[in-house]
Amino acid sequence: MSSIVPENNPSSAHKSSARDWIMKIFLHWGVMPFLLVIAVITFSLMSSRFLTTDNLINLFRQSVYLVLVSLGQMLALISGGFDLSVGTIVAVSSVVSALTMGALALSFPDAIWLVITLGCLAGLGAAMLIGIVNGAGVAVFGVSPFIMTLGMQSIGFGIALFLTAGVPVSNLPDTLGDVFGFGVLLGVPVPILMMLLILALMFVLLNYSAWGRHLYAVGSNPKAALLSGIRVKPVLISAYVLCALIAGVSGLLLTARTASGDANLGGSMALESIAACVIGGVSLRGGIGRLENVVLGAIFIGLVQNGMNLAQIGSYLQIVVLGVLLIIAVVFDRIRQKRLYRL
Amino acid sequence: MSDVLLSIEGLSKEFPGVRALDGVDFELLAGEVHAIFGENGAGKSTLISIIAGAQPQGSGTIRMHGEELRFSSVADARRHGISAVFQEFSLAPHLTVEENLCLGEERLHQRFGLLQLSAMSRHASALLQRLNFDIDPHRVVATLSRAEQQMVEIAKALRAKLSVLILDEPTASLTERESEQLFATVRSLKQQGVGIIYITHRIQEIKRLADRVTVLRDGKHIGVVDAATTTEAKLIEMMAGRAVEKIYPSIAANPGRSILELSQMRGGVGIDVDHFVAREGEVVGVAGLVGCGKSELLRMVFGIEPMKSGVVKLDGQIIKKPTPRRMLDAGVFYLPPDRREEGLMLSASTADNISLNALTQQPIHFRSGFLSLSAERTVTRDIGRRVDIHPSNMPRATALLSGGNQQKVLFGRGLTRSIKLYIFDEPTVGVDVGTRSAIYYLIKELCEKGAAVILISSDLPEILHLSHRAYVMRSGRIAAEIDRSCLTEAAVLQHFF
Repeated sequence: MSSIVPENNPSSAHKSSARDWIMKIFLHWGVMPFLLVIAVITFSLMSSRFLTTDNLINLFRQSVYLVLVSLGQMLALISGGFDLSVGTIVAVSSVVSALTMGALALSFPDAIWLVITLGCLAGLGAAMLIGIVNGAGVAVFGVSPFIMTLGMQSIGFGIALFLTAGVPVSNLPDTLGDVFGFGVLLGVPVPILMMLLILALMFVLLNYSAWGRHLYAVGSNPKAALLSGIRVKPVLISAYVLCALIAGVSGLLLTARTASGDANLGGSMALESIAACVIGGVSLRGGIGRLENVVLGAIFIGLVQNGMNLAQIGSYLQIVVLGVLLIIAVVFDRIRQKRLYRL
Repeated sequence: MSDVLLSIEGLSKEFPGVRALDGVDFELLAGEVHAIFGENGAGKSTLISIIAGAQPQGSGTIRMHGEELRFSSVADARRHGISAVFQEFSLAPHLTVEENLCLGEERLHQRFGLLQLSAMSRHASALLQRLNFDIDPHRVVATLSRAEQQMVEIAKALRAKLSVLILDEPTASLTERESEQLFATVRSLKQQGVGIIYITHRIQEIKRLADRVTVLRDGKHIGVVDAATTTEAKLIEMMAGRAVEKIYPSIAANPGRSILELSQMRGGVGIDVDHFVAREGEVVGVAGLVGCGKSELLRMVFGIEPMKSGVVKLDGQIIKKPTPRRMLDAGVFYLPPDRREEGLMLSASTADNISLNALTQQPIHFRSGFLSLSAERTVTRDIGRRVDIHPSNMPRATALLSGGNQQKVLFGRGLTRSIKLYIFDEPTVGVDVGTRSAIYYLIKELCEKGAAVILISSDLPEILHLSHRAYVMRSGRIAAEIDRSCLTEAAVLQHFF
């Protein structure tokens, strides 16, 4: 767009229109595009291997697990709460499925797919149970999501440690890892395919189903939702259950990848998934959040970790960077909300 | 002639994209009640927030006692003796009345810098006593009624020596009796030489209380008139810029079969109603003081207030356990009194807000179980047209709309489904005369098309002008049922207390 107002100094006109442009992007997309650009430039300067096809595919494959957990987290956030127990759900589904497969493999050594199927179902069942308890606590008993899921996080972690005595469960069927961990179908890694499938389902559910709209409504104003004939409690419970199921799938995929059921899986998932959502513009006060942006937010976090690995930044410092990113995202989100509502 | 307390000349204020105030003049004398009158968005709020120091002024001058001033903050304005009571209260809900009254001006012990609790307590009690406010200073503010909170807010404004008091829609949430109390306070302040800037939508209040009226429209100063001699019609014309022949339409009464029949209703806050009927094609008013249970009775019917016992019969069918979902499916729409609290999803768009209770209905809901976004667009656009919301507002977040438009969005939500009974709970709280009239015409349209309308309102003229029949409630019971022919202010009021 050309400026109508004549300017004495063309460079200042150019400058101010560039600023407007940046502001527009910021108001529309939030802080993520800027962080993304900064991160890509920084890491490609620090490591020549960063911007290679191999590394980028690797990055996507590694991000699958966090993308899935962040999707679940997004549901809890949109409903007006959050889920601190997602990491535990990953661990529990991993441990339970691994133990089930281990036990069944002894009884049915020939029916390997039956063993895998039952094992996965057991893992998802355990995840769902945690989701139901979370949802019931929040929706029926009115416990604050913070306390409810913090409590469940401790309970789940304890159970996972108890079941495995703290030792990772190995001796899983090789097929599991071959297919769901490292398998490639039509040239695309299976974990990525699984993620795309779930993404598509979630996209339809959030944008083209009454349930999705009702979820946004409950998070935006639960009283208004109730008066509009929406059954608030079932919506809330289903949000936590769906969140747990998606986190459970992530746990199963991680189990396949690492070939072990480990109670320590997903330890940093709660923080990372909340960070991914917030960077992706999900409101901590509920009712606002887009799936596409959350996926980008999760991939961004994967990208930062990948880049820091290549740049040989130690894992302790990486944890510091993650916390800083989370807080920066929230600060800029506040500024953005202020600007949006004033204009 | 009294002295000029405050004089404002050529005040302008711009926000990005809007000129909120455009060369506004204003003058306040000592001991005068000066009303500011105008539609929502006319610039009243901007004007008073500049006077109160809550917003920096644009161009123009503000003089107090002839001396030009520029307020940098609310505290700065307060130092000059200007204090405002806004619609949104500035009280800390978890502190006591006494703590709130001393908030920000705590008395400290000279030597140790600790709070002087007993002195503060004495100060607070004295303040309440001087104003004749009957409120226990030890109560926690959150437990007070809205009217009592407002009294605390006024007391807080009056704790320092005051020369200008700004009241922004002070009676919006008060009952008649509480309003009387407020008026008495205003009169006594006036006698003490305090100048009062009074913002209200209610012409009756202007007539009763104000000396002069400044009318604003679209940020411009339209005129200053004498309150006692200017007619209601003239004021409305100045405000709206067009002659509003009638705010209240005459609604044809065509009562048919009964849609809602209540018997032996018990529950909630001491509700005890033996019989209540609303028929199709009629507007039934429900009047009474705040807290008389007029809202609660119908909230019980809609399933949002606990019901101990009673029979809710809708169109001949008994509804066992009312829930909002069941009632909506049965054709009942309830418009809540507080649109921000119970009505709107503020962060969501106007269109999303309108379609909210129709997402499980045809045509938005496909048979396959998914939403048709194009059907939703058509439905919300048509409704937007019916309730007169500009199409450009459709994708905007409702938080950004004016109060009048927000209320129209809620009305729009009632048009998405086929509804036999509309329950409107305080439908015109905090909206301008233009929107108010638009809402009344909508009620007329719905009623004349055969719907039953229940109008719960604390605004007596609304009940008197619109209802074909009215119930007056008093402490949970129906005190009287009054027919159109006998529906006068006196007849209704005598059952209030």
